[in-house]
Amino acid sequence: MSEIARETLREAASEIMARAAIEIPRDYRDGIRGMLEREQHELSRFVLEAMLENWEAAEADRRAMCADTGVPRFYVKAGNEARPEGGFVALEEAVRSATAEATRTVPLRPNRVHPLWRTDHDNNVGINAPEIEYSFEPDADWIELTTVHKGGLFGTDYRMLFPADGMDGIKRFFLDTLVQFGRRGLACQPAIVGIGLGGSKDTSMTLGKQAACLRPVGEPNPDPGIAKLEAELKELGNNIGMGPMGFVGSSMVIDCHVEVGYTHTGGMPMSVHCFCLSSRRATARVHAGGEVEYRSDPRWFTPYMRRETVGWRTPLARTA
Amino acid sequence: MAHTPRTHRLSTPVSPGALGELSIGDIVYLDGVIYTGREGLYRRVVDEGMAPPVDLGALSNVNFHCSPAASVGEDGSLNLGAVTATASFRFSRFMERFFELSGAKVIVGKGGMSEADYRELFVPNGAVYLTTVGYGTGALLGRGVTRVQAAHWLEELGIAQAVWVLEVSRFGPLLVESDLAGNSLFERENRATADAVERAYAGLKPPSLSRYGETVSRGDEVL
Repeated sequence: MSEIARETLREAASEIMARAAIEIPRDYRDGIRGMLEREQHELSRFVLEAMLENWEAAEADRRAMCADTGVPRFYVKAGNEARPEGGFVALEEAVRSATAEATRTVPLRPNRVHPLWRTDHDNNVGINAPEIEYSFEPDADWIELTTVHKGGLFGTDYRMLFPADGMDGIKRFFLDTLVQFGRRGLACQPAIVGIGLGGSKDTSMTLGKQAACLRPVGEPNPDPGIAKLEAELKELGNNIGMGPMGFVGSSMVIDCHVEVGYTHTGGMPMSVHCFCLSSRRATARVHAGGEVEYRSDPRWFTPYMRRETVGWRTPLARTA
Repeated sequence: MAHTPRTHRLSTPVSPGALGELSIGDIVYLDGVIYTGREGLYRRVVDEGMAPPVDLGALSNVNFHCSPAASVGEDGSLNLGAVTATASFRFSRFMERFFELSGAKVIVGKGGMSEADYRELFVPNGAVYLTTVGYGTGALLGRGVTRVQAAHWLEELGIAQAVWVLEVSRFGPLLVESDLAGNSLFERENRATADAVERAYAGLKPPSLSRYGETVSRGDEVL
């Protein structure tokens, strides 16, 4: 079995940092074009049209689409048979090195500072930065690197709900978050709204963020019941009379993604995350042979990730 | 009610007469010189009483709540890419003193401030607030920067908080958020959306466990 070269991983990580910052994912752009067809209000239309123009300018100039390039982070999906050269310690070093390099070359805004001392390395690298989250994939020998550049200040909230709160509780908290951060456009909507339901409270935050950042516009949850809830929430969010920048309008939620985790029998923790008008994500699949394929859909939530069973069997074997 | 928005091109320093022409919701493009400033600059000059790194009033009367996506070369060259505003409401406590010491008449930022801030701080100083659009149109605004004159306090405050002096041409689009009378576009829109927001909540029962802020006072229980 061949190892995946450290330098190939570093180059791929650097390349996705630039692509994420500069190129709006096509699913997101097409979704905004669809919203523009339905949006009736002049100010809201003005904002959406300016964003379309902005994305064209970013790609033409090879310039970041938004100067708040967020707090860059990585998601690593490693095939079960994949072997990175130097192991995962070397992979993490490659990712950190690529972050520092891309911050200088794109350039990105060096947002990351120490929370107390405000120490600034001007390269987006520091203690626990960039975050690197892992998942695994059976029967694969590649490693996928995904980077997400998401702003870190507004548009996210967490709440412990209880089973008796039911759908009403979910809808209310969804509305609370959209309204409190939607006014004046602090959430930089229309947003891909990710919702984490269940798990422990940190799990619900993690799942909700991944739901917002790692699923493309137009891809529903494979569970029909959850997909129905996603559609209802999207409809609800687009009927509060509010659009981009909090102006009167109907363009608030470009899509709603819900991810779930088994939770405490007495609770229903919920988190809401807004992935913004510069929804920045890019993925590289690095093969054992050294080829690299780039795309904007991270394909993060695989059947393996959503498994309910103790062991893993392929979905085909499960239905047989 | 809302008038038909007009488009203005303003040159810095922006004259009181030009500011008087602006109505909320109008579209603005800037030409001339603007400088960035956020908590790094404000803490120093307002809280700590330090002299600004350059005579701000002589430079421009437009202050931009921003930090650019930029890098500094080994030779000290300044490489500026995208430019986007940061949320302004956090800076309102600095504005009274900052208007005095800078002579700023135009604040450019994200999300605006409250109507009370405009009436108490902006109107007496003959100042208006222009909001960036989106947010954020970082690539379009980056295109509007023709030259970086300087980045002051780069060593002390870092790239994100330094005071960047930018020469700009057709820098925008920006929207007039507050006018010389202290009207706010955002607050007008908040009032216009309030009823629909209330209707969306109709029939949804409140959650079993409340949170502070949802009760009348902290003396009340959350249950």
